[in-house]
Amino acid sequence: MIEIENLSKRFTLHNQGAAVIEVMTGAQLRVARGECVALTGQSGAGKSTLMRMIYGNYLAAGGSIRVGGLDVTRATPREVIALRRETLGYVSQFLRVVPRVPTRAVVAEPLLALGHAPGAAFARAEALLAQLNIPERLWGLSPTTFSGGEQQRVNIARGFAHGYPALLLDEPTASLDALNREVVLSLIEEAKARGAAIIGIFHDEAARARVADREIDVTGFTPRKAA
Amino acid sequence: MMERALSILSKEKPQDGPLLQVEGLTKFYGARIGCADVSFDLWPGEVLGIVGESGSGKSTLLSCLAGHLSPDRGRVIYAGRDTVSMAEPERRMLGRTDWAFVHQNPRDGLRMGVSAGGNVGERLMAVGARNYGAIREAASDWLGRVEISPGRIDDRPRQFSGGMQQRLQIARNLVTGPKLVFMDEPTGGLDVSVQARLLDLLRGLVRDMGLAVIIVTHDLAVARLLAHRLMVMKDGRVIEAGLTDQVLDDPQAAYTQLLVSSVLQV
Repeated sequence: MIEIENLSKRFTLHNQGAAVIEVMTGAQLRVARGECVALTGQSGAGKSTLMRMIYGNYLAAGGSIRVGGLDVTRATPREVIALRRETLGYVSQFLRVVPRVPTRAVVAEPLLALGHAPGAAFARAEALLAQLNIPERLWGLSPTTFSGGEQQRVNIARGFAHGYPALLLDEPTASLDALNREVVLSLIEEAKARGAAIIGIFHDEAARARVADREIDVTGFTPRKAA
Repeated sequence: MMERALSILSKEKPQDGPLLQVEGLTKFYGARIGCADVSFDLWPGEVLGIVGESGSGKSTLLSCLAGHLSPDRGRVIYAGRDTVSMAEPERRMLGRTDWAFVHQNPRDGLRMGVSAGGNVGERLMAVGARNYGAIREAASDWLGRVEISPGRIDDRPRQFSGGMQQRLQIARNLVTGPKLVFMDEPTGGLDVSVQARLLDLLRGLVRDMGLAVIIVTHDLAVARLLAHRLMVMKDGRVIEAGLTDQVLDDPQAAYTQLLVSSVLQV
């Protein structure tokens, strides 16, 4: 479902003496349907960078990233937008929403964007919010004022509202209590069971051991420093 | 409700292919470049943000696209028709039916001596609505959507605050359900909270009506929340274009990097 070949990434900082920073080279990765692959490596090794490249948020310097047949590195913005709407979900560590939009609408939005009827979309959103233990009295409020843990659960609900065939999860269990961590892990297991290909970053080792089928250490993709 | 307001208008079935195709659009002011060699496609349901500093040519570009300025070179194809070469009455008809233009200064887009309800209703009448009750109901509904109390339907815009005037202008423009909306710094004069409500409203309209929007803004936070794609302009030229979050999070051109890094976290 996700096939990464010989991927490289560099940042050119034009306003800092045109410094060129090579951050990744020769990255290879394949994730099949129903499989969860955990990215490992120290902080700064490039886990989030790789994830952002798969999502089309960062441009690749070379190589290819195929998600459901579309090469994200060569796709037009319009194709990437369609991929993100239909095929590729991303639960980031940050919730970025229009202020004042109620939580249930934030969670239902991916379904509405796919043309689902509002009734069904909101019902699905509310079921997920309940499952993730967001109190019902908060559903009509904007999540911008919520605690970090609540925002993260809203983000997860939004990411799991549509059954994406491919999912990127950046620290989905960080800052969650045991109860909600369990809910998130079971959501991940359900997604795998329905055939989703998942790439995750989990600092929580027990969580990683439970849901990940394989680990890839991205340190192997870090360019060797010139002598 | 929207459905009712729209039922006044005839609906065409959505076409396949880009709604707007722009090729090599160029405008000079004497020897000085207004905008040069701008090309892009816009599809129904897409929001294109044009960002850049004052004087970068983004407003000139918008005026050329909307037919307010005639370009020196290039083509603007709307639904298969070249709007640069078409006759003025035909272009004006497009401006009343398929297109809407939200000006930076609400005074440019409103009739200041006509009531709020009249300002909204006038757009409907220009496309053939005649039933007074239905027009007033649509006007009242749209005032509510932009958070103007329907109780002020008979007040004139000059009795409104600047922010309310801008909201009224947006209501006046959207009431007829246009297909393509041009916006020049539309949220500039608004309170942050009203800006948020309008961003949400616009996102909903884009989604539900398949609206295409070209929005000129210097506010990168607004661009991030509203635009699917961005074009960054400098000295009249497009120096970078792409997916909005990609351009903002991984800018390639030196100028875009400077622009993005000059802003507090967006």
